[in-house]
Formats: sequence, C-alpha cells, structure tokens
Amino acid sequence: MKAEQQYIDLYTQCEAMIARHSSEVMNKPRAKAFADFRSLGFPTRKVEKYKYTDVAKLFEPDYGLNLNRLDIPVDSSEVFKCDVPNMSTSLYFMLNDGFDSRDLPKATLPAGVWAGSLKEFSTLHPELAEAHYGRLADTARDAVTALNTMLAQDGFVLYVPKGVVVERPIQLVNMLRSNVDFMVNRRVLIILEEGAQARLLACDHAMDRVKFLATQVVEVFVGENAVFDFYELEETHNNTVRFSNLYVHQAAGSNVLLNGMTLHNGITRNTTEVALDGRGAEVKMLGMAIGDKQQQVDNNTFIDHRVSDCTSTELYKYVLDDSAVGAFAGKVLVREGAQRTSSQQTNRNLCATREARMYTQPQLEIYADDVKCSHGATVGQLDDNALFYMRQRGIAEREARLLLMFAFVNEVIDEIRLDALKDRLHLLVEKRFRGELNKCQGCAMCK
Amino acid sequence: MQDEPNKLVKELAAEKYKYGFTTDVHTDIIERGLNEEVIRLISEKKGEPDWLLEFRLNAFRHWQTMEMPRWAHLDIPEIDYQAISYYAAPKTRKDGPKSMDEVDPELIKTFNKLGIPLEEQMALSGVAVDAVMDSVSVKTTYKDALIEKGIIFCSISEAVREHPDLVKKYLGSVVPYRDNFFAALNSAVFSDGSFVYIPKGVRCPMELSTYFRINAANTGQFERTLIVADDDSYVSYLEGCTAPMRDENQLHAAIVEIVVMDRAEVKYSTVQNWYPGDAEGKGGVYNFVTKRGNCKGVDSKLSWTQVETGSAITWKYPSCILTGDNSQAEFYSVAVTNNFQQADTGTKMIHLGRNTRSTIISKGISAGRSQNSYRGLVRVAAKADGARNYSQCDSLLLGDKCGAHTFPYMDIHNETAVVEHEATTSKISEDQLFYCTQRGIPTEDAVGLIVNGYAKEVINKLPMEFAVEAQKLLAVSLEGSVG
Repeated sequence: MKAEQQYIDLYTQCEAMIARHSSEVMNKPRAKAFADFRSLGFPTRKVEKYKYTDVAKLFEPDYGLNLNRLDIPVDSSEVFKCDVPNMSTSLYFMLNDGFDSRDLPKATLPAGVWAGSLKEFSTLHPELAEAHYGRLADTARDAVTALNTMLAQDGFVLYVPKGVVVERPIQLVNMLRSNVDFMVNRRVLIILEEGAQARLLACDHAMDRVKFLATQVVEVFVGENAVFDFYELEETHNNTVRFSNLYVHQAAGSNVLLNGMTLHNGITRNTTEVALDGRGAEVKMLGMAIGDKQQQVDNNTFIDHRVSDCTSTELYKYVLDDSAVGAFAGKVLVREGAQRTSSQQTNRNLCATREARMYTQPQLEIYADDVKCSHGATVGQLDDNALFYMRQRGIAEREARLLLMFAFVNEVIDEIRLDALKDRLHLLVEKRFRGELNKCQGCAMCK
Repeated sequence: MQDEPNKLVKELAAEKYKYGFTTDVHTDIIERGLNEEVIRLISEKKGEPDWLLEFRLNAFRHWQTMEMPRWAHLDIPEIDYQAISYYAAPKTRKDGPKSMDEVDPELIKTFNKLGIPLEEQMALSGVAVDAVMDSVSVKTTYKDALIEKGIIFCSISEAVREHPDLVKKYLGSVVPYRDNFFAALNSAVFSDGSFVYIPKGVRCPMELSTYFRINAANTGQFERTLIVADDDSYVSYLEGCTAPMRDENQLHAAIVEIVVMDRAEVKYSTVQNWYPGDAEGKGGVYNFVTKRGNCKGVDSKLSWTQVETGSAITWKYPSCILTGDNSQAEFYSVAVTNNFQQADTGTKMIHLGRNTRSTIISKGISAGRSQNSYRGLVRVAAKADGARNYSQCDSLLLGDKCGAHTFPYMDIHNETAVVEHEATTSKISEDQLFYCTQRGIPTEDAVGLIVNGYAKEVINKLPMEFAVEAQKLLAVSLEGSVG
C-alpha cells in the first residue's frame, strides 16, 4: 500500500483545498471516490486488466501537484503555434490540469454549443453537469478512475445540444509544463445530444523535460443518431506516464470514431470502454503506436454490445523498435439478446528488434447466436519479398523499410475522417520513423 | 428456417447418454478423504518404492498450500476433496489375470459394450489396448508384438516395478507437481495410467490405445500417462473415454506427459465423451486435465488432436514446449458443448528453440445453455529465432442461450517471430443452408453437413477408428450424403 498511501495522505490533508478550487458537482463524488480508492488500491499485475502495466510502481515516485491552482505564466497560444495546416480548428488549451481561458482567438462555435472549462460549466449548469459527471466512470471499478475523481479540479467540457452540427473541428491542446516532477489529473466531459455532430482532436504535449504523470478520465455521452469523432494524439517524451480512461456511452443509431495515436511517449496506458446501448449504434476504434527506446504502450479496450443490431470495428497497429513494449487487450462482449451484432477486431504488430516485446490478447465473449464476430492478431516483421522487390528497383534498404513501415500504419491513418489531419499525420509519422519528430517547424515547444 | 437447425439441436440435446451403464464388479475402495495416511495407503497397496511415495507426499504437501484456480471462464461448484475416495481397484486375483479367461466376465461385457475389441478383433483392428477400468490396469493386450520391437506399453504401476529408472527419470519432468492445483493433486494420489516407451529408431507398428472409464460411485479418477519417444521413433497414441451415468459429480484430474526426443514424432489423439450431465445440468464429470508435451529433441514433432464432447466441466489445455530446434507442434481441437456443459479449453505453445513451428486449429460448437471457451497462449521466448505460429479458433453457435468465447494470449519476445491469430464466431450461415436446401438436401442433413464440414479439418487429423467415432459423437447423421 506504499504507493497508495501518499495519495491517501494527500487527500486527507488537502481535501478542503482541492474542493475550494473546484466546483460543487465535481466535489460531490470525491468522498466516495476516496473510499473506493482506499479499498481498491492500485491494481497489481495479477489483475488481468493490468497484466502488462505495473500501476503502483508508476504512481510511486513523488510528484508535485498544483492543488492550490497557482498561476503558471505561459501564453498557450504563443507557445503552441503549429496548427494543423489547412485545418482551421476551434482551438482550446489545457495547461496541466487547468483550462486555460485567457484568450480564445480561434474559437467560434454555433449557438448553444459549450466548449470550455469543466469547472466553470458545472458551476453555470449544475443540473446538466451532474446528470453526466461521473455517471460512466465508476470509481468502484478502477483505482485510477477513483484517484482521478478524487483529485481532479478542472477539465474540459464539450456540450452540443440537440440537432446542432459543429462543422469546424475542435482542437484541445493538453500541455504539460512544470519545473519539478509533476502530476496532472485531467477530466473531460463530452455530451452530444440527439442528432448532434462534432469532432474533437486532443493532443498531448510535454514542454519540460521533467517527469510527468498524467491521469485522464474522459466520459462521452452520444445521444440518438449523434455523430462524434474523437482523435487523440500523444506526442510527449520518454519521461511521461499517461493513464487515460475513456468511457463512451452510445444511444441508438449513434456513430462514434475513436482514434488513439501514440507517436511519442514514455509509458502509456489507455483504457477504452464503449457501451453500445441502443439499436444500430456503431463504433469504430482505431489505434496506432510507434514505440522505441524504453517506451511502453498498453491499450485495453472493452466493447459492450448490450442490444441488437450494433456494429463495432477495431483496428490497432503497433510498430516496436529498440526495447519498446506493446500490449493490446481487446475484449468484445455480446450480451444475451444482442442479435445481429457485427464485431471485427484486428491487431497487427511489427517488432523490429529482439528486445521489443509485444503482448496481444484479443478476446470475444459471446452470448447470442446470430452474430458475426471475428478477431485477428499478428506479430511479425516486414515482408522480405516486398523489401527485395523494392531493393531490386533501386530503393535503398533503409528507405524501403521506412516505406513499408509507413504503409503498415497508414491503414490506421486512412480511416481518419478529417483530411487535413490525415495529411498532417502522414507527415508526422514519416518524421517519426526518420527520427526527426522533434524538428517540426513553427512551434516554440520543439525548439 | 431458423427453427430447423434448432430442431436438430433439440433432438441431439434430448438424446440420452448412450454409454450410461454401470458394471457390477466388486471394487476395493478405500475410505473417503485425503491425508498423508491415505497417500501412504495408496502407495502401499500398489507396492511402490520409497522414491515414489516421497514424490506423492511432496506433491500432497505442496497441494495443501495451493488454491483452486478460478481464472477460467467456468462456474465450478465447491468440490469437497475430503468426500472423494482416492483409490478404487477392481478385485483381481493376487497375481493378476494371465489370460482372457481370468478376466472378470462382467468387465469383458463392459468393454464389449464400449466396443473395445479386446479379443480376436484386436488382431484385425491392430489396436493394442491397455484397458483401464477405474484405476488399475486390468488387461494389456498385444504386449508381445510390442515387446519384440522393444516398445514398452504397460500400466504406470507395472512400469514402476519393471522399469523404475525410466519412470524415475521422466515422471514429473514435463508436468512438475508444483505446476498447478490439479497437477499437484494428481501427483499425490494418481492411481494408474499408461506408460509408453518407444526405443531409438523404432516406429510403433500399431496405434496404441487406452480407454479410461470411471466406474465406481464417488471415486475420482486420477490417471497418469507418460509417453517417452526416443530418438527417431514414432508413435500414435489414442485415448478415448466414456463414463457411466451418475447423479453425483465425479472429479477427473489426469496428467499426460510426453517427452519427444531428437527427430521423434508423437501423435496423441483423444475422443472425450465423459458423462456431461443431464438436460437440466445435473451430474456430469468434472474434467480437469493437465496435458503437456516437451519437444525436447531437434526436429521433433508433437501433435495433439482432441474431440471433446462430454464432461459437465472441462478445464484442459494440452500444451507443447518447443525446446528443440526446428521442432514442431500441432493442436487440433473440436469442442462441443450442449445443455449446461461448460468447457474452457485450448492450448499453450511455448517456443524456446530456434525455427520452431506451431499450428493451432480450434473449433468450438456450442448449443443449449452451454458455455464454450477457447483459451490459448503462444509465447515466443527471446532466443526462439524464426519461430512461426498460426492459430485459428472458430466458434459456431447453435441457439441463442449459449455462449462462445475466445481468450488468446500472445507474448512475443523475439523480432523474427511470425505469429498469427484469427478467430471468428458465427451461426450457421443462412446462405449455406439455402444453397443446400435448394439443391434438395433436407435442412436437417444440411446442418449436419455444415457442422461436419466445419469440424472436418480436425476430424481428418484423427486416426481412422477415432474419426468414425468422433463423427458419431458430433451427433450429426450424414446419412450417406457425403462420401
């Protein structure tokens, strides 16, 4: 209980301070979350869900927290200049775990749509916030969710009322900035009412070379026939630890695209749970991870087909170099009566060195008979024949390898429903493979 | 149309367990319960040497520290290990039977009902049977033909007496008693089983076969099979079982160990048809088996084929450790569950040597209210350069109350490994049914055809005699419509 104790002590000592800098809605579930966290403790590697990530060890170091919400003097828009070209987005910033509301030069939203600070939103619209906040993220089931609920003071919220279509993609830039080893507890709440449509791109950046530990709990409510695209891009550094728990609830006829890309990271654990709770709901989950050095990427997904006629597709691809470790565990549950379910899961991995390790665990649990479910997983190397073909055409081996690796992950990128982002990612991935990622133009962060 | 396949399933479901009968033979049963005294008694009754008693006691002491595994996708009722009698031997004359005349006629009847050709048919079918009734080997046939080749095929107890060096060397070498809860239990109380040793360069001229049969009420059966195939040898071993109908659950915790040396090949086939319980899920055998082979030698090959139709609960993962370079392993399985049966079965392929290859083909068929899970592990160790695995596990669902689950694990620690896994779950396709019916094939036959075609890949791997039985066990009548 060593790792847990410091958080228990912290909460006991700072409970009032945490609450003072947050909203009533966010304060309400804290006591229960604290109790749950105490009884759960961090999961050990004996817990099937966390088999590949040693949670307690990652939470053990002493991290600083900004519970007193001290102002960090950074002009986010000055720092983050590399906007995706040709993609005009409504741009928002989170600085560590606080929403940066100093200026929002590029944010234009249709009437009724709310994007901004969760703390502010839950103060202004307490009923709406309370009806959703913490409803999907069950603190009794996951220690990290409990810890996040216990400590999170602010976050981002996107609310799209009934029938409203947000044409312009929304971009949320999460920046990690600190002089000391630092812990961040971020909370995101997304509510799309009936028939609403929106696209959100969230990217993680670490600005300082200190150690960061970021926990993130995202709750997404997608109403009937609503359409939501969620792109997450992690571009941090080797000293960051990311725990992201994403919970999605889909009503009938809704369509969701979840895309998680890990381009550069330290240790990442993404948990995604999707509940398909209305007939005709469809979810497409995509994931891509490029790991080298000592990086670790652990994606754990769970799709719950609760009713009939729902569709789910999953495609996860990993490229592992050096001593990188990749893990993918995908579970699909088809409940009794969820007839005419269609579910497809694919996990493909490339291991480039002997030290690179890949663990994959696709699972199907099916209690209905009229279903079409499949999963496939492969671990392998680049096709020697393809390499040979390219080399005999005069392409250098290194170049040929890059091309093949690029083609390998492109399958994931091509599913993106934002052309400008697609182009941008092609570029980023190519740079990543060439080891030039830290040289992107224009952005102060990279210099 | 949808009702048609269900009709067949219902019929199959309603079918009473055909092999449900008990033979009235006096059995020598020791008191229920498990403690060191019981183990000493078992060992004494069998006249075992001290090292084996020590092995049993160590296993028992270790077992006491262990807990029953709960990770499987199974709902296992509490088992009272003290309510089981751990030894039951058919009463035989002190020296054991010398010829068929000396064997209890009741026993011979049982075997005849099971269709074991113990007598003259033996020569024709070419199968040597080491018939195990309850726990002690009653009759071993065709021994002479095998002895000529230097092949040892006998009961474990006999092997302990006659070939102690071999048994001592290999017993527990693949499945150590510390391996898991049921392996520890078996190591402590194993009653009997078969021992096979194929000497260097010998190709076993016939398929070796053993029928296991649980026969006395409230006795668990703890078989132990040990197969050693020395360099350049080959053996095909068949194991099939049927058990009499019982109301109380019976525990079956067996161990099969196989050692495959340089360039040797072992083919191990099982048709398992223990009593699955009745239509209400009452009774039935608990089948908790540890089967593992070690492809120790270079270029060695081990092939597991299983057709699992019986048992109320199955917990079974025939595995291969690919230690030798260029060694190969195969796992072919058909698991059928019906009514309230539960099965959690699959395999483990542990690649340690270079250029090792493994294939996994698993077909699950679930009907009624049963739960059928595939659970498998493919591990490629850091030194296993050039390892190759292909896994395919398909599930077929007949009925909307049953479940089909797949839990494959892949742990890859080597960059040259190529590992593929594919799984599908579906019901019988309407298109296939329609195609058959529009060609004039009745729906029922069409379902039979499709199901059999679905399992064909595995059935084809079985030796002839077993393939026939397996097809029957799949309980699908083809009525001569396919050749």
